[in-house]
Amino acid sequence: MRYLPLTQADRASMLETIGAGSVDDLYCDVPEGALLKEPVDLPHHLGEMQVERDMAKLAAKNMGTASAPSFLGAGAYRHHVPATVDYIIQRGEFLTAYTPYQPEIAQGTLQYLFEFQTQVASITNMDVANASMWDGATSCAEAVLMACRATRRKKAVLSGGLHPHYREVTETYCQYSDTQVAGRDGHPEHQATADELDDLIDDQTACVVVQYPDVFGRLDDHTKLAEACHAKGALLVVVFTEAVAFGAIKSPGSFGADIVCGEGQSIGNALGYGGPYVGLFATTSKLVRQMPGRLCGETVDQDGKRGFVLTLSTREQHIRREKATSNICTNSGLCSLAFTVHMSLLGEDGYRKLAAINHERAVKTADALEGVAGVEVVNDSFFNEFTVKLSKPAAEVVEALVARGIMGGVPLSRLYPNRDDLGAFMLVAATETNTDEDIAALAAALKEVLA
Amino acid sequence: MAKKFSKEDEWLEIDGDVATVGITDHAQQALGDIVYVELPEVGKKLAKDGDAAVVESVKAASDVYAPVDGEIVEANEELDANPALVNESPENDGWFFKIKITDASQLDDLMDEAGYKAFVEGLED
Amino acid sequence: MTFQTHTGNRGLVLEEKLIFEQGEAGRSGVDLPDPAPVKSRLGGLARDENSEIGLPGLSEPQVVRHFTRLSQKNFGIDSGFFPLGSCTMKHNPRLNEKVARLPGIADLHPMQPESTVQGALELMDQCAHWLLVLTGMPAVAMSPASGAQGELCGMMAIRAALDARGENRRRVLVPESAHGTNPATAAACGFTVDSIPATADGRVDLAAFEAKLGDDVAGIMLTNPNTCGLFERDVRKIADLVHAAGGYFYCDGANFNAIVGRVRPADLGVDAMHINLHKTFSTPHGGGGPGSGPVVLSEALAAFGPLPYTARTKDGVVHLVEEEQADDFAEEHFGGKLQSFGRMTAFHGQMGMYTRALAYMMSHGADGLKQVAEDAVLNANYMLRSLEDVLDAPFADSGPCMHEALFSDKGMAEGFSTLDIAKGLIDEGYHPMTVYFPLVVHGAMLVEPTETESKAAMDEFIGALRSVAERAKAGDEALKSAPHHAPRRRLDETQAARKPVLVWKEPELPVAAE
Repeated sequence: MRYLPLTQADRASMLETIGAGSVDDLYCDVPEGALLKEPVDLPHHLGEMQVERDMAKLAAKNMGTASAPSFLGAGAYRHHVPATVDYIIQRGEFLTAYTPYQPEIAQGTLQYLFEFQTQVASITNMDVANASMWDGATSCAEAVLMACRATRRKKAVLSGGLHPHYREVTETYCQYSDTQVAGRDGHPEHQATADELDDLIDDQTACVVVQYPDVFGRLDDHTKLAEACHAKGALLVVVFTEAVAFGAIKSPGSFGADIVCGEGQSIGNALGYGGPYVGLFATTSKLVRQMPGRLCGETVDQDGKRGFVLTLSTREQHIRREKATSNICTNSGLCSLAFTVHMSLLGEDGYRKLAAINHERAVKTADALEGVAGVEVVNDSFFNEFTVKLSKPAAEVVEALVARGIMGGVPLSRLYPNRDDLGAFMLVAATETNTDEDIAALAAALKEVLA
Repeated sequence: MAKKFSKEDEWLEIDGDVATVGITDHAQQALGDIVYVELPEVGKKLAKDGDAAVVESVKAASDVYAPVDGEIVEANEELDANPALVNESPENDGWFFKIKITDASQLDDLMDEAGYKAFVEGLED
Repeated sequence: MTFQTHTGNRGLVLEEKLIFEQGEAGRSGVDLPDPAPVKSRLGGLARDENSEIGLPGLSEPQVVRHFTRLSQKNFGIDSGFFPLGSCTMKHNPRLNEKVARLPGIADLHPMQPESTVQGALELMDQCAHWLLVLTGMPAVAMSPASGAQGELCGMMAIRAALDARGENRRRVLVPESAHGTNPATAAACGFTVDSIPATADGRVDLAAFEAKLGDDVAGIMLTNPNTCGLFERDVRKIADLVHAAGGYFYCDGANFNAIVGRVRPADLGVDAMHINLHKTFSTPHGGGGPGSGPVVLSEALAAFGPLPYTARTKDGVVHLVEEEQADDFAEEHFGGKLQSFGRMTAFHGQMGMYTRALAYMMSHGADGLKQVAEDAVLNANYMLRSLEDVLDAPFADSGPCMHEALFSDKGMAEGFSTLDIAKGLIDEGYHPMTVYFPLVVHGAMLVEPTETESKAAMDEFIGALRSVAERAKAGDEALKSAPHHAPRRRLDETQAARKPVLVWKEPELPVAAE
């Protein structure tokens, strides 16, 4: 077995040192009958080549987004990841390190976490950010729980524009902590106004959660909503699923948001069928001690040299146990490194330009689809994703497009399986990876399918 | 003004019906460098032995309990900016909060300075 | 050391500024085409052209050098022996990385139609199958993103099952030696935590446990093998007693590596157990994640697990069952209703980790996995018996340990602690063991060699640790200021916590004189 260094001679000599007759003697505390004598009923070990071959067979049964024009979004976006990113994250010193509990020999991890936190705070325009959460949905749930702690209130109002999976995860997290989750279902043809949400805020409301751009792709200025929240002592939580957007649109921090959180997959991370991803989480200086998750901070060593450590750890489970701000432990370290490397490569100019290209591609796609009979672009505003209304059920259209080698979008029926009124709608996302040919192919295929 | 001590290593300086509360020199030495103190809100009503404050060192967080029933009338906001005061001047500038005592008879359960000293020495034996 | 270099560098020990201190406007490490002019559809919310985001501009070679230099300040498993107890720092095969990046796996979008991802669903299903056979359990929830979320999943399933029974049980028994995530998780599910003491030989005090049982007990959260590195001899009795009292048995599976392929948790009476794929199944720790924490569930809890889940129907097709179809699907194909407590992650969990873990399991096979557990336990016992004469081993007399050996700070010179031993090991070129955990042992040192260390590597480490331990006993002052040879000396954690600096800010420039 190529991963196991001990030889039979080693094992024999070690058993002698230990004073045990056999390995089974070391399992003497296992209850009668529970110690297996034979290997379990699974295949025998395989060489590297055979494993690779079997995996490649499974991979070949899929239709990857790299092999077909793809316009899928709804919380995960295909972007080009520079080769440098994968090289850096596969360096063993990063890949095979643990959480930086011994800071003297983990300055590499700690410094990039500090850079990551600074980048996240910069793009969201917030004071501070943590060292990552599991994904955008768990970030959203943790933001709601944090708002409840900070305000000592027990009600969260979720906007209808919030991704339904984010809503579900938030409900999962809140269901056993007496936290009430309120809010209306969204609709792509009706955008809730600040006044409508305002009506739901009362003196028991811990926070209002909006998504920006929202799940249907729309953009809205939430400055007034922030004011309404603050007037009643509630916090505004702004959630996002597309981290590229802030290169082109106003930052959530400029609205007066108290917590900004969401998905960082778009920068540096593969689509990977949904995970691992990286949750981003930023807030104001005032609320920093209520934050969940790990935080990296600057300090000095004994010689006065700048260095970094994990800090404010009294918030965390290993110290506060049942009083911790969250049970999170392992987060998304390597995904946050991928984010940091990609963001460092982009820089101010590259990030803004990438966002501009995404918007341009989406506008081109919307323009092309608006010329197809049976397609109506619903959105007034969007960044790189928008909703279309089709003259046939969207789920069937998506399948018909797949048959033509195109992944045209995400039918809303997939996100809202119990909403009969949304059967005609489809989300379409376009990024820098979509060529003019892709857009033309989508328009042509839709024309055929809807004819 | 009378000074009293609790078995939870708090001191109380009693002035009329208001007690100023902090942690003792012995407690701050045991905790090490204090990095943060979470103080109760003014106006909060507390029952004896209920959670009043949290005092944090780098690796530990300890609850501070209300030594008597009462209402918080003031919290030491200096500690927000300078938690080291608890180490430097635990029984003076490093006070935590002032509490308006509702049941003065509860003070009888507390120790005086000599009694507390004996209590601490007893723990160390 | 008297000689100071001009740069602050010391040969290959290189100082590295933050990227924010290196960048300049007008530079980028990515060449992007100019977008064609289009009419903006941003609805009046375009970012102000002149307001800076604050990201530095660097070229590709600068970025590569920056992160390469940072990497050299890190210790990983690839760098050397990393005996961090309870974390299972085993070798991370590069084959796993390669297969996770295959086209057709890495480039799949989570919302693709089912017909385009049959291979991916089959992969998830195969990974699930291996976990089920290895644990002997009937069901597995794949989606939890880490061990801690796995705990949350298991405890929520227990809460949902109790709710379905209409029972208001709220007390969860947790041994005092438990990981901090256990009580944190129980609290997040609305339970109160009741601590169970340990016996002198490092195991659950059965009598104390029994005395705490009652009709308000929801269950027990027990790590087995436990955090002292010992197998809980009474585990079956504990399971039987908690079941008889109407509660459930949650097993923290962090230490599964000691028993994989040799003991099936189902045979111990477990109702729910998370499996850290980043421990037992070698997916990389990545400096703190991403992890993955699938949860195996007993018959009693299976119906309450989270969505989405994969299921293979009689026609051999693998389905991804999401939200509202779930009840119909369960009824149609399995003749039962699903009572899921809900969704835990945005999509279907850590697919990238399933791929790596499956490659690892296929590489080892049933025969190799059995050997993994045996070698892990053999290595740890070898550590225990090779060090017990210089370090206090509080449970050494109670028999063999499992995959990790526990020592205490007893016997060191006045003023010397476990921390000094850890820092001394850094100078010797090792990553220290886990220190100050579990809390039940004073100055705990938890040494987990894993099965991927050679005897020679362990003998070298034993020599180093013996030397450092002797220095601590002799009161060698130099140890108190260790490490001396790492990229940084001991760091001031008090300053970091008192005045937190969590993001870089441009230093304020002195105002120029008029």
